[in-house]
Amino acid sequence: MTKLNPLFIGLSAVMLGMAPWVINAAPYESTMGLVQKVFYFHFPSAILFLVAALICGVASAIFLFGKKPRADGWAIAAAELGLLFGTLTLVTGPLWARKAWGVWWVWDPRLTSSLLLWMIFSAYLLLRRYGGPGSDKLGAGMALFGMANVPFIYVSVNVWRTLHPQTSVVPTLPTEMGIPLWFCFAAFTMVFVTLLNLRARLEHQRARIEALYLAEDEA
Amino acid sequence: MTRICRAMLMVTALIVAAPAMVPMMTVSAMQPPPQSEFVPVEDVPPGEQIPAFTMLGTAYGFVWVALLVYVWSIARRLQKVEAELADLESRRK
Repeated sequence: MTKLNPLFIGLSAVMLGMAPWVINAAPYESTMGLVQKVFYFHFPSAILFLVAALICGVASAIFLFGKKPRADGWAIAAAELGLLFGTLTLVTGPLWARKAWGVWWVWDPRLTSSLLLWMIFSAYLLLRRYGGPGSDKLGAGMALFGMANVPFIYVSVNVWRTLHPQTSVVPTLPTEMGIPLWFCFAAFTMVFVTLLNLRARLEHQRARIEALYLAEDEA
Repeated sequence: MTRICRAMLMVTALIVAAPAMVPMMTVSAMQPPPQSEFVPVEDVPPGEQIPAFTMLGTAYGFVWVALLVYVWSIARRLQKVEAELADLESRRK
């Protein structure tokens, strides 16, 4: 994976650089007009926010039940990316909503549960940073709660009455809107994979340093 | 007697609460249905462009800045950790 990093970094930089031109070529939406184009960055951020929660939860389960310390590094990396992509989602969403709905925020199930997941990631990272000994297992338990929130967030727009567009919007997108969306999604996914890999590497190197200090103390 | 009293109380409560529930039901019925598909058009309505452009520009600008700051932060932390690791490993040799 380390050898693939330069390739991924180059490709993601090129695709993200091309994204504004691709989005500019997309047509306007009939009711929302220009502001609907926030969608091309908002949707990939939101999906990767949920993917980060899933990775963090699965890695934490492997760490807790499989006793594999390396998985904990992946969990921390995914949590940090979850916080980043969650922030992107929760900032771009209200900027879109202010124009489309007339308000920055509504306490509907999709928005509230997304904010809750963002808060779980924040709490997880604060716990890992300042929690002291034992915070790894406590954090892993918290990550499982975060993962349990994911299906709830996804289906919330279909189950409850909400202002947020439903999940049927993406599968029914016309081709001229679908191409820029999936182009941006691919670019964001590559950025996500690259950053996840680099962040996990950072955590694994920290673990190596800790092991070396322990070995020095014992010697 | 107690059952009759309870039944009467419930009926009274329902009668009292019913007018209060009517506006709630009306508000709920007035809510527009959630959007289930996006329909493309060629031109944006005039006068709508400037405020939307501010929102769109802020959203994209924020995404770019946040990603760049995070990449810089990871690179800085990774450099520091790898330098420390190299130092420790050279000390052990």
